[in-house]
Amino acid sequence: MSSNHPGLSNNFSRSGEKFSWSKDNLRSIKTIISKYPKGREQSAVMPLLYLAQEQNNNWISIECIETIAETLNMPKIRVTEVASFYSMYNTRPVGENLVQICRTSPCWLRGSNKITKTICKETKCEINDTSDDNKFTVVEVECLGACSNGPMIQINNDFFEDLDEESTKKIIDNIKEGKPNVIGSQKGRRSSENA
Amino acid sequence: MSDDLINIKVNQKEIQVDKNLTVMQACEIAGEEIPRFCYHDKLSIAGNCRMCLVEIEKAPKLVSSCTMPLMEGMSIITNSEKVNAGRKGVMEFLLINHPLDCPICDQGGECDLQDQAMYYGFDKSRYKENKRAVDNKNMGPLVNTIMTRCIHCTRCVRFATEVAGVPELGMLGRGENAEITTYLEQSITSELSGNVIDLCPVGALTSKPYQFKARPWELKRTDSIDIFDSVGSNIRVDSRAEEILRVTPRTNEYINEEWISDKVRFNYDGYYQQRIDTPYIKENQKLTISNWEESLKVLKDKLKTLKPLALIGEHVDLETGYAIKKFMSNYGKDNVECRTDNHAILESLDSYRFNTPLNDIENSDLIILVGTNPKIETPIINHKIFKAYNNDAKIFNIGENISLNYKTEYLGESLSNLNNENLIKALKKSINPLIIIGSAFLNKIKNIKTIKSIFSYADKYKVITKEKNNLNFLNPYASRVGQLIIGNTTSNLCEPFSNLKKDNFELVLSFGSEHIANEQFNNCFKVYFGHHGDDGAMVSDIVLPTPLYTEKNGTFVNIEGRPQEAKKCHNPIGSAKEEWSILKKLSDELSFDFIPNTFDQLRSELFDKHPILSDYHEIIAVENSTSITPDIEFEDCKAEYPVSNFYMSDVISKNSVTMAKCVEEIISTPSLLEKSA
Repeated sequence: MSSNHPGLSNNFSRSGEKFSWSKDNLRSIKTIISKYPKGREQSAVMPLLYLAQEQNNNWISIECIETIAETLNMPKIRVTEVASFYSMYNTRPVGENLVQICRTSPCWLRGSNKITKTICKETKCEINDTSDDNKFTVVEVECLGACSNGPMIQINNDFFEDLDEESTKKIIDNIKEGKPNVIGSQKGRRSSENA
Repeated sequence: MSDDLINIKVNQKEIQVDKNLTVMQACEIAGEEIPRFCYHDKLSIAGNCRMCLVEIEKAPKLVSSCTMPLMEGMSIITNSEKVNAGRKGVMEFLLINHPLDCPICDQGGECDLQDQAMYYGFDKSRYKENKRAVDNKNMGPLVNTIMTRCIHCTRCVRFATEVAGVPELGMLGRGENAEITTYLEQSITSELSGNVIDLCPVGALTSKPYQFKARPWELKRTDSIDIFDSVGSNIRVDSRAEEILRVTPRTNEYINEEWISDKVRFNYDGYYQQRIDTPYIKENQKLTISNWEESLKVLKDKLKTLKPLALIGEHVDLETGYAIKKFMSNYGKDNVECRTDNHAILESLDSYRFNTPLNDIENSDLIILVGTNPKIETPIINHKIFKAYNNDAKIFNIGENISLNYKTEYLGESLSNLNNENLIKALKKSINPLIIIGSAFLNKIKNIKTIKSIFSYADKYKVITKEKNNLNFLNPYASRVGQLIIGNTTSNLCEPFSNLKKDNFELVLSFGSEHIANEQFNNCFKVYFGHHGDDGAMVSDIVLPTPLYTEKNGTFVNIEGRPQEAKKCHNPIGSAKEEWSILKKLSDELSFDFIPNTFDQLRSELFDKHPILSDYHEIIAVENSTSITPDIEFEDCKAEYPVSNFYMSDVISKNSVTMAKCVEEIISTPSLLEKSA
């Protein structure tokens, strides 16, 4: 993976806007922290980073880090370390739809290269780039754990499996036009039952 | 056999060691040297460099000895082929991304990686791919970074978090993208930050001011003492010809362990700035260059007619102090004063020194800071308090609500807050409480009763017991305790210096004391013996150049009462003469009695008079002699801290360019701690 991947860069930036927890998140944070023993609140840093990313348009800004550090009463550098370690925390802004293409062996054997090409063509952006209209960011990732349904991609929180060039194009087109997509297998399979 | 000992074998040699040790420590006891990069005995164990691999019988693979606990009957092998091959493998991996820039690296010659590569390295690389390059990081004006050289041992990260108490360093990313950095590349805000330079086993973190200045084998090493605070950290001064090029710590487990403050480490460029290199005499309100003959003649004539007072500055060594006292005794008593900041004391030694041995501070479970900011006055003591804090000690603070690198409970502004309910409750529960009274109050206390009350208070709450005395008095000046021991103070104990009747004196001799500029001496004839042209020299009628502590031998007594020697590193700058020799010459001309002809004679006379001072490195023993009064009464005084700017607290650091940069880049930009507070 290139270090240009939005989740693998060590450079963080400011969004310029104050980041404060939403009411819902404040409630979730309470539940999350209560799972850890007293004095070990900072163990909650990963779920909190996830919540922050969700609330902050899918990326972790310096403001997010500072808010998390304050919430968990831990040094900011420790939060930064965790956020930079894991590739699923994006350290820079990404498009509305983060398209993650699995390129690990099972998907690759089933033709993930073609899917990548199609997506890059349809979204008009290179790997690790964001499209001009800020609709898409395309990244290649390692195994997302749906090997029996490869090739597959993940767009934001949804998996799209059993892809070919045609179905991939359809998914992207639907997103562009604001139409709903069928989540999961594009061949009508339930889960990973025999094809 | 004690329960704590177990039998193990190291290279077939049977030894008994403490069962709580690690394999590496046991090997060291057995005399086997284990190579290592990430392990450091003052830091937590990380186990990430893998250099310390050893073979343990019955273990299928090599184990990292720094992380492995001992077991009864363990047989450790450190010199087999397998171990050697394992370490060579680790070394090969470490060198994959390490640049071959040893010839231009400041660490060259004292580099752990270089040394260990001599044993475990290959003569050529099997790695054909590109080496990784890492952007250098800003860590402030003191620490230079060449991050491509970093081997990710994380010693610096652990140091910042565990020792300096400023969790600002971290390792971002992972794998090939791993990088050591400060948070958002801001300067490290610790007063101990320079120690990461010594800790770094490679040349990734080096000294910025020392960059490209010298090679370690060109330097002459002189053992000396840190005189920029009262702790008396042991330092090694490295010089080439007549110039000091760097200052590094010497290990002393009783005092500074392996650390020194940034001030003494980096202010040495100030040693050569604004130096008084020749005598000056004031003519028509202007200091003009003179010579020794002329200036001493003028001074001699004045000394014949005027009644002198001697002020002793913060950097004056014991021998000089003794010579001053000896000279001044020709004019009667009570005419030498080192408490120029109104430091209130009682007669006994335990009323002006740090009575707890410094390495016992960490064992305390309750610390009360009274009018002291140890972070900027004495960073080493602050580190010890931080250790106690990490051992769950509770820290209370009285005086100003200062920001420290650990949590304190603030009780209020005045001394009477010692009677705070919460504090009393905690004191009653505490097993080993400790009080530190700082100069902020000591310099303001006017009534001797207050000091006595502090002793009574300490006695009442078991801070002072038969076994221990944990009532400590902290001042930031290196000369103070020693000068008080040899009695360089006016006899009106506890009388503020500012109350000194100025009519009694017509001539003021200042030995590096800037208080000569005080208004009370406006009508006196002023003579300044010193090395740096600052306020004191500007107002004086005669200025005589004297050597710096690195340019003469001298004894300093540290805050806990431990005499130590600072050795001469190079000759004085310009025509500077040692104070005692000036006084000797004056004595001869005034036909005073002044026997010592050499420095050694002076020193042996001092030790004859004060035998307790001759025992270097040992804390002076004292019986708890202060009488206890039943009533406790604290006067109301406002705390005024003696040091407001760590980097510029004395004439030498005020003249240091490096220290000026620190002020600009560290203090002037709001610190991380303040922002998060």
